[in-house]
Amino acid sequence: MNPKVLRIAAAVATAGIAVGALAGCSGGTAGTGGDAASGTYTWWDPYPQHAEDSDWAKRVQDCGTQAGVTIQRTAYDTTALTNQALLSAQDGTSPDVILIDNPAVSTLADTGMLSTTDDLGLDTSAIDENLLAAGVLDGKTYGIPIGANTLALYYNADVLSAAGVDPASITDWDALDAALAKVSAAGKKGITFSGINTEEGSFQFLPWFWGAGADLTDLSSPEAVEAVTLWKDWLDKGYAPNSVITNSQNTVWEEFLTGDFAFAENGTWQVDSAAKAPFASGVIELPAKDGGAAPAPTGGEFIVAPVQKDTARYETTRKIIECMTTPEGFVDTANTFAYYIPPTAEGQKDLLAENPDLETWVSAVQAAKGRTSDNLGTDYPLISEQLWTAVQNVLSGAQTPQQALDAAQSAAQSATGK
Amino acid sequence: MSFPTLREHPRASDDTVAVTVPAAGRRRRARLEGSPWVAAAFAAPLVIYLVVFYLWPLVRSIDLSIHDYTVRAFVQGDAAFVGLDNYIAVISSPTFGPALANTAIFVVVSLVFQYAIGLGLAVFFRSHFPLSGLLRGLFLVPWLLPLIVSGSTWSWMLNSDNGIINSVLGAFGIGQINWLTSPDTAMTAVVIANIWLGIPFNLVILYSGLQNIPTDLYEAASLDGAGPWRQFWSITFPLLRPVSAITLLLGLVYTLKVVDIIWIMTRGGPADATTTLAIWSYREAFGTGQPDLSPAAAVGNVLIVIALVFGLVYLRAQRRQENS
Repeated sequence: MNPKVLRIAAAVATAGIAVGALAGCSGGTAGTGGDAASGTYTWWDPYPQHAEDSDWAKRVQDCGTQAGVTIQRTAYDTTALTNQALLSAQDGTSPDVILIDNPAVSTLADTGMLSTTDDLGLDTSAIDENLLAAGVLDGKTYGIPIGANTLALYYNADVLSAAGVDPASITDWDALDAALAKVSAAGKKGITFSGINTEEGSFQFLPWFWGAGADLTDLSSPEAVEAVTLWKDWLDKGYAPNSVITNSQNTVWEEFLTGDFAFAENGTWQVDSAAKAPFASGVIELPAKDGGAAPAPTGGEFIVAPVQKDTARYETTRKIIECMTTPEGFVDTANTFAYYIPPTAEGQKDLLAENPDLETWVSAVQAAKGRTSDNLGTDYPLISEQLWTAVQNVLSGAQTPQQALDAAQSAAQSATGK
Repeated sequence: MSFPTLREHPRASDDTVAVTVPAAGRRRRARLEGSPWVAAAFAAPLVIYLVVFYLWPLVRSIDLSIHDYTVRAFVQGDAAFVGLDNYIAVISSPTFGPALANTAIFVVVSLVFQYAIGLGLAVFFRSHFPLSGLLRGLFLVPWLLPLIVSGSTWSWMLNSDNGIINSVLGAFGIGQINWLTSPDTAMTAVVIANIWLGIPFNLVILYSGLQNIPTDLYEAASLDGAGPWRQFWSITFPLLRPVSAITLLLGLVYTLKVVDIIWIMTRGGPADATTTLAIWSYREAFGTGQPDLSPAAAVGNVLIVIALVFGLVYLRAQRRQENS
């Protein structure tokens, strides 16, 4: 080959490939498969923070031992886990058990890669219906929540008492606005939350959205406009910092821990951290517009079993799942993570007996609502993307609430084909 | 000047050695060496490597973009063939125009500043002074830090309410700038961070280019009375042209596909103000709960084509230079 031609080809290829690496990464690699040596069952979960020698890993192993097998556990980060699960299903190398974030269950179930609880012979009758809903698609149940968490409103008791606000009085939006005005007048910062343009942003916005009476099937309703206007007004009046637009939930918590903020919207998983904060703190349920508790979205993982070629494996898989979902198992899980409320009445009762402080959280979880419920299923991620985009556009001042939500509704409709 | 004669000498001695000795030895092994199988065997590892790691992802990316891969189809492997529909949908999407414009702004502004500052620093470090090695090393820090660290640090520094940059500006009486949270300034913020990231790359390549410019040229120029400014424009800049061209081409390819720094700082927001084509592609595929692999691959392939066009422009320019 003419060296010049060769060099041209090489340079063109290099330029193309460098960019191609980006597009190509959707190919990815698959993890370890379910066809491991017999007696070994594969388990994936999104808890890389729990290493091989942690209590959590030991619990998982114990459930394997009770079922007479060894469990090979692999931990991925939450987002990576969904992608890994899909890739492994494509390769036919799915693990036996996956613990997966609840909104992803319907996405996975829709691909046909998950076995139903009926196939496995699991009993789901004791599970709270609002929590199980995220795992139900077209009348079939594809998994069991191993615990649930949700959002509530943490408050800094020192800041509130200095400003003369009684947290118990905050039962609707007007009372919250009045409290924020008092706190601001007292020279402190009002509230912080996460309005980031990812699923976290939608997760944090939903209690206000639902609390106004809006519905995810109509993003441009007057109620939805009221909810997004509430947030926008907080920014305009200086009750909330401008940085909420890029805040993740972790950043929200960091801000709250500075002690300057009266309120922070955050989840069950910060209970321990709040107790260690250098100021007195408490938690109330997120108020709905006209009073009462607003439904907050449920968080937390489901335990699911991907379809296997060798159906004889289901028997042992069922034993492993049952071991994780007994009342004692739920309480164990709740204690291991310090942020899981058991999804059954019995488990909740046992947890409260051990830890009465969690009462607000138990009732918040009972009032909570799955994001994919109302049979939204796989439409939810599409709607959610438009919702967080609209919230961003309003908060950053790019569009008015009505403009942004109208655009979101038409984009969501064309994305879901409804 | 002395250097043309210098170049003739080594070439003459090369020739005399090359003709006599190796030719005799080569003839004996000619049959084996000429065999196409041996050639193929030697090329095989490289060819296999290229096919597995370069060609296959590229083919797969094209395959993804001409099928309708929903999540379900991805798992079940029955994606419908849709031809160029994904490309048409991508190009006619209201996101495409702004994303293309954002990509152009991001790439051009980043490259201009990275190159200018990198070249300035390279010339600065050409003259050795105490600690110049250490200082030059320190300029590589942006390159060595994991992007998640530098990206997060930039977002803290640029934070609207508590960022150090706003507090410094505040000391000079400039009010709060919502760097990352206003659609008007978000692009400026990510471009600044990206320029900072790209300077070491330009510095290193241009600095090594400078080492290849013979010092006697500068000596001769200064004897002729040329000042530093004149020396830069008449010697350094023209002689660096080939190195500059490849630096800019590589910089272009790298900058076109930047995802991480923008993703960490703004996730393409607010209001899509920092959504480049690369960010758009990443967001379609991995940024939402519902992976949209086909449009993502289509956007990615559009990026490849853009990079290819610039690669060809570069090659043409280079060939013209060689022919002249």
